[in-house]
Amino acid sequence: MSIKINHLTHIYNSGTAFEKKALDDVSLEIRKGEFVGLIGHTGSGKSTLIQHLNGIIPPTQGEILLDGENIHKDKAKLKEVRRRIGLAFQYPEYQLFEMTVYKDVAFGPTNMQLPKEEIHANVVSALETVGIAPELYEKSPFELSGGQKRRVAIAGVLAMNPEVLILDEPTAGLDPKGRDEILQAIKRLHEERGITVILVSHSMEDVAKLVDRIIVMHDGKIAMLGTPKEVFCHVKDLESMGLAAPQVSYVFTALKEKGYEVPLDVYTVEEAKKVLLNFVKQVSV
Amino acid sequence: MIRDITIGQFYPVDSPIHRLDARVKLTMTFIYIITLFMINSFIGYFFVIGTLLAVIKVSKVPIKFMLKGIKSIMLIIIFTAFINLFMTRGEQILWQWGFLSLTLEGIFLALKMCIRLVLLIIGSSVLTLTTTPIQLTDAIEYMLRPFKKIGVPAHEIAMMMTIALRFIPTLLDETDKIMKAQQARGADFDTGNLMQKAKSLIPILVPLFISAFRRAEELAMAMEARCYHGDENRTRMNRMTMQRRDYHALVMGLVYIVAIFGLRYVSYLLPFII
Repeated sequence: MSIKINHLTHIYNSGTAFEKKALDDVSLEIRKGEFVGLIGHTGSGKSTLIQHLNGIIPPTQGEILLDGENIHKDKAKLKEVRRRIGLAFQYPEYQLFEMTVYKDVAFGPTNMQLPKEEIHANVVSALETVGIAPELYEKSPFELSGGQKRRVAIAGVLAMNPEVLILDEPTAGLDPKGRDEILQAIKRLHEERGITVILVSHSMEDVAKLVDRIIVMHDGKIAMLGTPKEVFCHVKDLESMGLAAPQVSYVFTALKEKGYEVPLDVYTVEEAKKVLLNFVKQVSV
Repeated sequence: MIRDITIGQFYPVDSPIHRLDARVKLTMTFIYIITLFMINSFIGYFFVIGTLLAVIKVSKVPIKFMLKGIKSIMLIIIFTAFINLFMTRGEQILWQWGFLSLTLEGIFLALKMCIRLVLLIIGSSVLTLTTTPIQLTDAIEYMLRPFKKIGVPAHEIAMMMTIALRFIPTLLDETDKIMKAQQARGADFDTGNLMQKAKSLIPILVPLFISAFRRAEELAMAMEARCYHGDENRTRMNRMTMQRRDYHALVMGLVYIVAIFGLRYVSYLLPFII
């Protein structure tokens, strides 16, 4: 399933003193099975964009096509769209409300009116995917730690068995361990179930490690679009937009400036290690 | 839907009304509300509507914003109109069915009550739309000062109001966010019978309450960390001072009061204008 966005514009509080153009003529296609990173400065329109994708907010202009069909054409189908495109908001743990972890995760699939056995299977598999142990299922979600709460909330979206998973800064405010656990779970989902993932993140390291393609938003427009290699070699442009490249990119840019003949499109630690070892070997030969 | 609530929502433009001292605006709004209940003729209402429209025009706030406030009390207005229409006893009965009777007096009374309510809401929206909540509570604190002697905690009341007002937009945003998050999980707030609708509010209210309590606790902690201890020996960053324009406004207010009394007198002399 592909998502196609055609000339999407969104204006908040249109016609008042609070008017704000959050999205300005954005066109984009997200293909099936892709892992896309969405980066941009605060207020660049990332959150507005992802909320359009599953029809939570309607566009001011333009359209969103899901398999070639406008998602707002048939209001009755919007629920199905929201099932197929799972959206986990920023700080999703603030949406937890049920008495037990299990019930909270079951909220989504129950709303989708799935059969009982399917709900159970979905809930268990979602909780397994995010690494929540069965002995926690009957606990109150409010007794869990911050990282566990976050994972339960993400499981609440996963339990609807979405084909596309959108995550708005899933690691914000977590400790390194909590962050790694969530990123690992997302990676597994993408690799094992072939889910399309859209990851909104401020961490260039995370984006560099995980995604196939990067969308850079700036002032409600798409400023850059390409593979991590293509995007992260424009360090200066990224900085002018209030963003940054992964730290490895800075190391290599600095090496180049010192006169060493190194490539500039290296952005992960593993790759850097390989390239540098090779480089050292060549120099010493 | 959530954006329709205008109470406590400041509309940020620069206008002569915005620049007025909040104390003056508060006093004038009081006078305005009292006069609304003194007027007994339609001429009087025409005069008030004219004055109000002029003030709104000067305030540069789109009239659309003022009218939004009415939507939320529409039910009360309709109820008031209904009661007054059918429950008023009068001489000229136009239609009768059981204990319900439609009289000429009833029609006029209902009309007056509705005009009064609408003017009341619009008038007070002018105050809240042109005055920042902080200015407003400062003004209230100032006005309550004389009552301190009899034990009214003016500063504490003002502080509580400031905090309450401050958190209205925050909690609205929070509600909006939680609603969206639950909608993304297939929650449905619009369909179903009353019972189902009430039940569908649980996924919003529980997280909202939790976040409200968390915020209250954090705020209390932050205030204590800065040694907040209430009224004693506090100075203000923005002192309220009366400018020439404020005195001008007060004079205009006086003219308004005189005019209202004048109209009352006129309608005694010429009762046929109603």
